[in-house]
Amino acid sequence: MTAIVPPTGSITASTATPWRRIKSAMATTGIVGSLFLALVPLVLIIGYVISRGWSLMATSEWFTGSIPILTRAAGPGMRPAIIGTLMITGAATAMAVPLGVLGGVFLSEYSGGSRFGRVVRFFAEVMTGVPSIVMGIFIATIWVAANGFSAFAGALALGCLMLPVIIRTSDEMLRLVPRELRESAYALGGRKAGTILRVVLPAAAPGIISGALLAVARAAGETAPLLFTIGFVNDTNTSLFSGNNTALSVQIFKNATQVYPGSQERAWAAALTLIAIVFVFTILSRLVSTFLGRKHQS
Amino acid sequence: MTTTLEAPALSGSQRPPGRLLDRTFRGVVLFAGALVLIILALIAGTMVNKAMPIFRSEGLGYFTHDVWDPAHAKFGTLAFTFGTVVVSSLALLLAVPVSIGIALFTTEVAPPWLRKPVTYLVDLLAAVPSVVYGLWGILVLAPALPGFYDNIHSVVGGVPILGTLFSGDPISGRSFMTAGVILAIMITPIVTSIARETFTTVPQSLKDAAHALGATRWEMIRAAVIPHSRSGLVAGILVGLGRALGETIAVALVIGSSPQISAKLFSSGDALAAVIANQFGEATGNTRPALIGMAVVLFLVTLVVGVLARGYVARAERRTGGAV
Repeated sequence: MTAIVPPTGSITASTATPWRRIKSAMATTGIVGSLFLALVPLVLIIGYVISRGWSLMATSEWFTGSIPILTRAAGPGMRPAIIGTLMITGAATAMAVPLGVLGGVFLSEYSGGSRFGRVVRFFAEVMTGVPSIVMGIFIATIWVAANGFSAFAGALALGCLMLPVIIRTSDEMLRLVPRELRESAYALGGRKAGTILRVVLPAAAPGIISGALLAVARAAGETAPLLFTIGFVNDTNTSLFSGNNTALSVQIFKNATQVYPGSQERAWAAALTLIAIVFVFTILSRLVSTFLGRKHQS
Repeated sequence: MTTTLEAPALSGSQRPPGRLLDRTFRGVVLFAGALVLIILALIAGTMVNKAMPIFRSEGLGYFTHDVWDPAHAKFGTLAFTFGTVVVSSLALLLAVPVSIGIALFTTEVAPPWLRKPVTYLVDLLAAVPSVVYGLWGILVLAPALPGFYDNIHSVVGGVPILGTLFSGDPISGRSFMTAGVILAIMITPIVTSIARETFTTVPQSLKDAAHALGATRWEMIRAAVIPHSRSGLVAGILVGLGRALGETIAVALVIGSSPQISAKLFSSGDALAAVIANQFGEATGNTRPALIGMAVVLFLVTLVVGVLARGYVARAERRTGGAV
């Protein structure tokens, strides 16, 4: 009973009734419209952050001065927070990236499909969904309660957030390395650890580095894990392990709720600085995966 | 061709140093892998332990009472839970259709050269820190919304249910709805990327078959793409839900911080993660355990959502042979 459609010209056009074609056109409009709906806030947010934050951030005191003690005071000074953000994110990276890569090695090279390996892989994935405020409260109760506020405490919280992300990317990237590469190394007399360190990891490095840079970018923008772990200061504190510290994200949060134009302006300029840092890492991540990745494939 | 060449046992005795390195390395990576479980166990253990006093003294009332008044030792969290549920639902309602639309655009509609740039642009939304969304929300979006809310209210005000939903106290613009809108923007990239990856696993033969039967693009999407992607889409929605439930800073800035259970979406409220962020710093006495208790609730709920999401991802992978 099926009518055979003669293969003439454009089949879609000849068989679809006008109403069906209109419906499809409406759907296409909706699909294109949803993209614009998402891009409007992106353009608005970036536009506002640049236009409101630029004039203050363009001053040199922004990068050299302390934060005004009076919140209602206008003017620059964000050096303590810039240093704090870089220091805390750096320390978190130094802890989470090596451990995360090793965790990925465990999953991809050692545990294989063992039950324990599957459990770890499962919970690593689940752990990426743990809210950042929970990590902050966790470190506040387990570390800060005994040792006090410090940049290191903030780094611990950020590190806990980054760890499962790095484990997952490393695992995925290592599993993409062809088995033949490992077998050649074994055939040449390589042992397992040496093969992984000198052959498998270098082959997966572009993907892992790219994923790690993305994790760094996300960690640098986090606020909730730092609120109750690093404390608050107005002057630069370069000590990682002792004394209160501050970060750009925390400064934005505190200044955003003030009614004074001066502190609101500082919040915008801090937001611009933070977005610049985050975007640099995001773009680096893209560059690494595009260029290094391509070189390895060919 | 399935022979695996693990570290050959016969060479073991010949090279003791290599063997030692092998063993040490194995131990180190085992520890790194187990660290995930150790940290999760520590989170659950310490936080439940610290929150225990409040669970003991308040009992079930901690979850079912809606009065939060630390000064008078009243620790009911129902209003915060309500706020979290309302705001997350609003975010999903707004973000899921848009995300599916963008994913369909990149996989089915856009010309190939446009796909990567669009993906990068949408991913940029994910790169913006949540505190920046909050800053924009509190200083730009919230002040602009009361007029907009007034307009909506004047249009649907007479309609029974809609009239109640779209009403409230619109003076500051900080409300459930504002928080829902900001959250929707924030979870759009992750839902989009999971939906997109799911759509790319739909076999070309299915789409060709639909077209060959005379289907328009929309009919092809409904008949071939969507049914094939159902598990992946549910996984994407669940991951988005997990993000929305746990998002703290942006919500803390725009929700208005006045806990109440109200069907009026334009009125101020509060949410679990937001109240922790706003009050933990100054919390004393029993308030601290009460706030840690909320973190425990958030942890467990997002864990369950994560496990469910993982289940649907596994289902989608079985169906499509990976790639999600």
